[in-house]
Amino acid sequence: MNEVRSQQPAGRSFRAEGFDYRSFFFSGLTGLATLLILAILGVILLNIVINGLPGLSWRFVSTIPKKDFFDLETTGVLPMIVGTTIRVLVMTIFVIPVGVITAIYLTEYAPNTSLVTRLLRAAVNNLAGVPSIVFGLFGLGFFINFIGKNLDALLHNPGPVWGQPAVLWASLTLAVMTLPVVIVATEESLKAIPTGLREASLALGATKLETIVKIVLPQALPGILTGGILAVSRAAGEVAPILFTGVAYYMASLPNKLTDQFMDLGYHVFVLSTQSPNIEQTRPLLYATVLVLLGLTFALNLVAIIIRARVRKKLRALN
Amino acid sequence: MSPRHTTGKRSHGWMGLHRGHRARPLEWLAEKFIFAVSLSAILVVLLIFLFVAREAAPLLYGRMNSAAVQEVIPVSEFDKLSPAQLQQYLGLTPSELAAMDRATLQSLMEVKVEALAEIPAAFREDPDARINTTQWRYLLRSHQWTDYAKPEFIWQPVGQIKKYNIIPLLIGSLKTTLVGLLFAVPLAVGAAIYVSQLARPRVREVVKPTIEMLSGIPSVVVGFFALLVMATVLQRVFGYQTRLNAFVAGIALGFAVIPVVFSIAEDALTSVPQAYTQAALALGSSKWQAAWQIVLPAALPGVFAATVLGFGRAIGETMIVLMVCSASVMSWNIFDSARSITTTIAAEMAEAVSGGPHYRILFLLGAMLFAVTFVLNLIGDVVMHRLKLQLEGKR
Repeated sequence: MNEVRSQQPAGRSFRAEGFDYRSFFFSGLTGLATLLILAILGVILLNIVINGLPGLSWRFVSTIPKKDFFDLETTGVLPMIVGTTIRVLVMTIFVIPVGVITAIYLTEYAPNTSLVTRLLRAAVNNLAGVPSIVFGLFGLGFFINFIGKNLDALLHNPGPVWGQPAVLWASLTLAVMTLPVVIVATEESLKAIPTGLREASLALGATKLETIVKIVLPQALPGILTGGILAVSRAAGEVAPILFTGVAYYMASLPNKLTDQFMDLGYHVFVLSTQSPNIEQTRPLLYATVLVLLGLTFALNLVAIIIRARVRKKLRALN
Repeated sequence: MSPRHTTGKRSHGWMGLHRGHRARPLEWLAEKFIFAVSLSAILVVLLIFLFVAREAAPLLYGRMNSAAVQEVIPVSEFDKLSPAQLQQYLGLTPSELAAMDRATLQSLMEVKVEALAEIPAAFREDPDARINTTQWRYLLRSHQWTDYAKPEFIWQPVGQIKKYNIIPLLIGSLKTTLVGLLFAVPLAVGAAIYVSQLARPRVREVVKPTIEMLSGIPSVVVGFFALLVMATVLQRVFGYQTRLNAFVAGIALGFAVIPVVFSIAEDALTSVPQAYTQAALALGSSKWQAAWQIVLPAALPGVFAATVLGFGRAIGETMIVLMVCSASVMSWNIFDSARSITTTIAAEMAEAVSGGPHYRILFLLGAMLFAVTFVLNLIGDVVMHRLKLQLEGKR
C-alpha cells in the first residue's frame, strides 16, 4: 500500500490524506472569477439605477424636446422612445415569420446530412457573428443605395424618397441582424416538443403540415415568444446598424411615414455622452436617458431569459 | 434510440409523400414555400458580402483616384479621348456617361480646369498632391510625406492631401481587442469551470442566466459607463496620463466579450460526459482535480472556440470603442489612444461623400471586417461541432 502511494506524482495528493489546499485555492479562484463578473453586472446596473432615478419623471418621458436637448429641466425623450419602438416593431413584422419558418424547416423537414442543411446552419451561425457595423454598411449598400435608389428611379420620383435613410431600412437591417436570434430560440423550443406528440397526430391521420400547424406550433409558442423578445431586446439597444440607415440627430416631430427618419434612444445616449457641451451639467439627464433605454431592453431580456430557462429545463427532462 | 434518429427515419417515411402530394397540391406548395423561405439565411449572408464588397469594388480595380492635383486635359482635346478615358477622367460610371450629352461632358471638363486653377500654387507644386492615395501601396505601407521627418503610417481622411493608411486602424483594433480578451477570457473560463463543474445545481441555475444577462446590456450603455465611470476609476488606480485610452476601451470590450466566452466555454464543459468526472471522483480525486485535469483538457477545443468567437465579437464591437477613445495614433502602447476599424467606419461614414474614395475605403474596411469575422466564426463552429461529436463518441 505504501509503495503505491509513493508512486503518486507530488501534485496529485489524495483528499483522504488531509485538507487539499491546492484544490481549495483554485476552486476559490474560479468562484472569485464568477463573483467578479456578477459584481461588474451589479455595479453597472446599480450605478445607472441610483444615478438615473432622480432625473426620471413623467414629464421627461412624455416631452418632445426643443432643438437644444441638453437641458434636463425642459428636454424629454418621447420621440426617442417612439422611434425605437417603431423601428423594433416594424422589424418583428419581418423577422418573426422568416425566422420561425426557417426554424420549422430546420427541425421538421431538413435532412440531417444534406449539403443545404449544413450550409443553412453555417449561414445562421455566421450571421450571428457578423459585426453590427457591417450590418449598417449592408443596409446602406443594399437597402438604400440599391433597392431604394432603384425604386426611386422606377417610380420616377423627382427627389430621393426611398433612396435615403428611413425607418423602413433601419428596421429591415435590424431584421437581418436578429434573424439568427429568432431561428435559434424557435428551434430550441421546437426540439423540446416530444416526438410522441407528433407521432400521435400523424397516427390519427393528420398530414405533416397539419401536425406542425395545429400541434407543434401552439406548443412552441413560448419559445417563439422568447425568440421575438430576445430579438426585440437586442435590436432596441443596437446603435451601429442604424447609424447610416435611418437615425436622425434631431427631428422636431414624430415620424409618421415608413420613409421618415427617426430619433433613437441608444443613439441619443451616444450623442448626449459624446457631444455634450458640459458633461458635468448634463450627467443627470444622461443617466435618466440610459435608465429609460436599459429599462426597455433589460426588462424584455429578463422575461425572455426566464421563459428560456423553463424551455431548457423541459428539454433536459426529455433527453 | 436518439431523437435525431427518429426524425431521420420519419422524414424518410415522408418520401412516400410522392403519392400524397398530387392529392394535396396546396400542402406540397406550402412545404416548398417553407423550404424557399428558409434559404433566406444563406441568401442574406451572400447579399451582405456582395453588397459590402460592391461598394468597395472600384477601389479594388484601381478605378478611384484621390489625387488632389490631376493631369488636366484641355477641353479642346475632347474628341481625342476614348469613352473609357473620358469616364476615368471625369470619375463617372458607364451609365452616367451614356446619359450625358456632349455639351454636358465638355462643361464638366471645363469645371475640372477651373477647379485646378483655384488650388493654391504652392500646393500645386507639392509632390504629395499628385499621389493617388487609394493605391494599395499607400493603404498599407508607410510613406515619406512632405513636411514629415520620416516615413509614417497615417490615417487622415480630411485636409488637402487625404491619407488613408489603414495600418494604424488595424493596430487600434488589435490593441483594444487583445486587452479585452486578456481581461475577459480568464474570467469567463474560470466562471465557466465554476458554474459547470464546481457549483451546486441550485447556484448554477441562478448564476448562469445572470451572467448571460450581461449580454443584454446594450453596448452603448457599456460605452457610456466606461466613459463616465470606469475611465476615471481606472485612471486613479493605474495613474496613467491619457484618461481615455485603449486600456479603458479594452476592459469595457471585455464586458461585452465575457458573456460570449462564458456561454460557449460553459457549453463545451457541460457536454463532457458525466462519466469522466465520476470516474475521476471514484478514483479519489477532488472536484477541482477532476475539473482541471480531466474535464478541462477534454473540453479544451471548446475553450479555444470560445476565445476565437470572443475575438470576433470584440473586433466587431463598435459603440464601446467609439465612445471611449477615437484618436488615431500609430502606437502599440495600450495606454495611448486608439482608433479601431469599426470606430472609423461609424464616425466617418456620415461625412464621406457617397461614391468617393473615402466612402469606398470605409466599405473596404467593412468588407475586411466581415471576412475576418466570417473566418473566425467558421473556425469556432467547426471546432465546437467536432468536439461535440467526439464527446458523444460518434467519431
